[in-house]
Amino acid sequence: MTEKLALAVNLQGTLDIAGVTMLADLSGALFWEDESLLVVSDLHLEKGSSFATRGVLLPPYDTAATLSRLAAVISRHDPRTVIALGDSFHDRNAHERLSDIDRDAIGALQARRDWIWISGNHDPALPSDLGGVVASEVAVGPIVFRHEPTGAVGEIAGHLHPKARVSARGRSVERRCFACDGERAVMPAFGAYAGGLSIRDQAFAKIFPTAGFVAHLLGDRRVHSIAAARCY
Amino acid sequence: MRGESPSPAALARVGLSARRADRSLRLNWRNQKPGALDEAGWTPYVLPVPPRLSPVLPEPAAVLLPDRFEKWFASRGWSPRAHQLALLEKARDDRSALLIAPTGAGKTLAGFLPTLVELSTPVPQVISTGRSVRRTGGLHTLYISPLKALAVDIARNLEMPVAEMGLPVKVETRTGDTPVSRRQRQRRYPPDILLTTPEQLALLLSSDDAPYLFASLKRIVLDELHALVTSKRGDLLSLGLSRLWKLAPDVRAIGLSATVAEPEELARFLVPQPEGGRAAADTVIAGGATPPVVEMLDTRERLPWAGHTARHALPEIYQLIKANKTTLVFVNTRSQAEMLFQELWRMNDDGLAIALHHGSLDVAQRRKVEDAMAAGRLRAVVCTSSLDLGVDWGDVDLVVNIGAPKGSSRLMQRIGRANHRFDEASRAVLVPANRFEVLECRVAIDAIAENAQDTPPLRTGALDVLAQHVLGCACGEPFLADELYEEVRTAAPYAELLRGDFDDVVDFVATGGYALKTYERFARIKQDKQGRWRVANPAVRQSYRLNVGTIVEETMLKVKLVRSRGGGSGSTGVIGRGGRMLGQIEEYFIEGLVVGDTFVFGGEIVRYEALVEDEVYVSRANDGDAKVPSYMGGKFPLSTYLAERVRKLLDDRRAWNALPEQVRDWLSLQRDFSRVPAMRELLVETFPRADKHYLVCYPFEGRLAHQTLGMLLTRRLERARARPLGFVANEYAVAIWGLGDLSFMVRQGMVDLNALFDPDMLGDDLEAWLAESALMKRMFRNCALISGLIARRSTSDEKNRRQVLFSTDLVYDVLRKHQADHVLLRAARADAATGLLDLRRLSDMLARIHGHVTHRELGHVSPLAVPVMLEIGRESVYGEAADELLAEAADDLVREAMS
Repeated sequence: MTEKLALAVNLQGTLDIAGVTMLADLSGALFWEDESLLVVSDLHLEKGSSFATRGVLLPPYDTAATLSRLAAVISRHDPRTVIALGDSFHDRNAHERLSDIDRDAIGALQARRDWIWISGNHDPALPSDLGGVVASEVAVGPIVFRHEPTGAVGEIAGHLHPKARVSARGRSVERRCFACDGERAVMPAFGAYAGGLSIRDQAFAKIFPTAGFVAHLLGDRRVHSIAAARCY
Repeated sequence: MRGESPSPAALARVGLSARRADRSLRLNWRNQKPGALDEAGWTPYVLPVPPRLSPVLPEPAAVLLPDRFEKWFASRGWSPRAHQLALLEKARDDRSALLIAPTGAGKTLAGFLPTLVELSTPVPQVISTGRSVRRTGGLHTLYISPLKALAVDIARNLEMPVAEMGLPVKVETRTGDTPVSRRQRQRRYPPDILLTTPEQLALLLSSDDAPYLFASLKRIVLDELHALVTSKRGDLLSLGLSRLWKLAPDVRAIGLSATVAEPEELARFLVPQPEGGRAAADTVIAGGATPPVVEMLDTRERLPWAGHTARHALPEIYQLIKANKTTLVFVNTRSQAEMLFQELWRMNDDGLAIALHHGSLDVAQRRKVEDAMAAGRLRAVVCTSSLDLGVDWGDVDLVVNIGAPKGSSRLMQRIGRANHRFDEASRAVLVPANRFEVLECRVAIDAIAENAQDTPPLRTGALDVLAQHVLGCACGEPFLADELYEEVRTAAPYAELLRGDFDDVVDFVATGGYALKTYERFARIKQDKQGRWRVANPAVRQSYRLNVGTIVEETMLKVKLVRSRGGGSGSTGVIGRGGRMLGQIEEYFIEGLVVGDTFVFGGEIVRYEALVEDEVYVSRANDGDAKVPSYMGGKFPLSTYLAERVRKLLDDRRAWNALPEQVRDWLSLQRDFSRVPAMRELLVETFPRADKHYLVCYPFEGRLAHQTLGMLLTRRLERARARPLGFVANEYAVAIWGLGDLSFMVRQGMVDLNALFDPDMLGDDLEAWLAESALMKRMFRNCALISGLIARRSTSDEKNRRQVLFSTDLVYDVLRKHQADHVLLRAARADAATGLLDLRRLSDMLARIHGHVTHRELGHVSPLAVPVMLEIGRESVYGEAADELLAEAADDLVREAMS
């Protein structure tokens, strides 16, 4: 019981991006309360079946797992708008492999709200029969949402799948994380099978002009904010 | 054409009549009832008839040994040993045999004598097949060893008798290092004797021409069998044997093994298991070995309470090295080896040639040490279990074993490394590193005196290995599921395999084995109209070949010595590339370090500088002590057998007289202050210390089982609102600490200790913990790799290893949630039960102590509790509370920001 309570209290941290405060949800989603806008990045739906076409028979449950986590975070915040920040599908044909159940689940999530698919490098041409609208980027006030980060001020992007490792006394923990320096942010991948790239990789140095950015790690019960320089 | 008959002359040589041999060739054992096996000449042992434990009184040499061999023995001043003749006799009688013999007993020669005798009569060399020529003899004997190096070594050793007797015998090795051209030639023109490893056997069996290659096979020699059968490699080998029995029905096996606890069980490995029954090879036990002389170092120094370094005894160890010609110093872990080596050189005023040998050192470095050793240039080698097996080491006159022996059989094998001469006693000195280890050394010495063995029981074959085998079979000739199921069950580890499990494995290999049937069109193996399974496309076959084997190596990083960049740890200055290669280290160890941490490696204390791709840069550190202790615990926990003897020793006051005075005093203090645990009970002590409350219990079940127990107890105490904060486990005890007053809670009946230790903790609590356990994820990863779900090596991607495409942890999470009974999760759980979680042992212990928990409420820490209490802060506290670790790192940040 007490555990559940703690969960509710610590479920999210906050991120300041170009003067806007957003909630960093423990699931890896970002919620902009004033705009009732929820953002998730890099769902990589049907990654499992994508590998299967190449003979690696990963469990075919990743799409269902990702969608059920997405359903949970949507029901928690009940946003007016949902943005899927690119690479929502693992490959160009992935949407054709969606099971009817998963297709219906996406439809149910889209009901009574605006849904924006941002195209990514994995899914540059999204079909029109999926519901929602397709865009290459979306600007809301001082914030611009696009898949691949450019380093612009006010930009919220995905693509890089940031993760970070923290070590102490011979033990270490590695988690997905938000990377943010107050002016721009890179979101963690939301997909069940999406891997990660260490925030110490050169790719992040290109986006954050100073080394003073922070990794917001997704712990088991709360989001932990740790200087990127301390992570591996 | 399979199973060509040996020539009558060759048969006569080994005392076989042609009639008998023909009969055994014609009969297909598979169609026989168990009772009929006797007549067929198949290993005629079906329980309950006890196997023939050979008295080793074979017929005289003259009957068994051809002239040429007798003369050769005489020319070297030898006479054939009884067990060597016994194996010849078994061969003549067409029986498989297990030879149990200590090191130095001429085991290898014994194993090959039947082969050499049979091949000593030349047969026509080549015949024309129209298109090409072909040997009539073909492959006669397959030798399989766990070590590549051993196969190469044996090939060299065989050259001597072959050359000196002028035998027409071709011997070749085949390992991962064998060039492709030679491998191809070996398949077409096989040698008489092929020396190889279980993995290479699997590869050979998966080729189209396996039936041709193995049809002529007469003998299989399995070396170091005791070591092979305890791992998944043994499972793989057993499945390989089951194929060979099918391809060459009249093949006979000889197993060579060190002494084991249950020879009859091991002997089952060597022969096909009949449907519904049990069969075993005959066992030949070499007698006459002189018992070793084993002592415990009677140190003049104060015995430490805890720790594993035996630092106190260093001067005495040094004196032992000085007093002997060549000493092997065994330790249990790499880091202990590093530490000891460094300390010995610190006091090496005589400049004795002391070397270091462990599995992580650079190969060139290891070869140098081995060569120097063989040449007799070294006075001592500090080594780990990397030297437990095999290769002959020349004249070692003393073995020193530092720390706990862990198991009596393991210790005996190590001691056997000293004095490779059969008829002289090996000498060994045990050096306990702390007081508990004194008890362990004492009982180990007693066990050796009684020649009591504690090797682990034969494994139940793993399902992930079976999956690999099934795919391998489909790569060769197509198979029918019914037939393969029968064949697989002839392998001893798989004799009890259920049809349901087998079908699940085939389903897994084909389409992943998922309840959601969406992968039919991506199947890796497919059935033809006759129902035969074959690989769906050549890429599957290629992937199988690249990934064969069951050894999942830890990801290793190269360690390079560079110049320190010094200064602040935050600097990102360029580190000079190049630098000397020190060896390799496990990735998980490096992941636990932060830049600036020091640890011992390659015989020196080094500072962690940076990780660049797969290279770890370290610099020389000037610190006297390494900051990060890297005693990760030995790989092997205290054996159940020794643990029981330790409990017995504690319970028997009179036996204390055999212990050093310091240890006697310690135990007497414990008796007066608290209680010395009785044989069948579990002693639990509770006491306050500083501002925390402690619970210490003494199950004596080894570190692995204790870690699992600690994890489960902590969960239960949390539920009982005892607010536990952490725990630490060693080989003998578990200590848990927390904020709740445990003594008070027990007194008031708020915590019932018998309920706390109830075996029901292995139900829901275990499930709940396993669900999120990092250990479980590691097991799953191994199963995923071995079963072929995920390729370790692939032809296409040589991409940067660090950019992983997906992680098996993520796959585990998804699979567990959506199909908890999937065959790979079952395989992972089975591994956990015997492996890192040691659930089987924990469950035995809980059953044993059920209702026998004795509680002592104490005012302060007891003498017996001191060792485990000292581990707190020294051992990394075992736990998986990621949030705590992350929060701590975040707190550090706050402190930095505020200062």
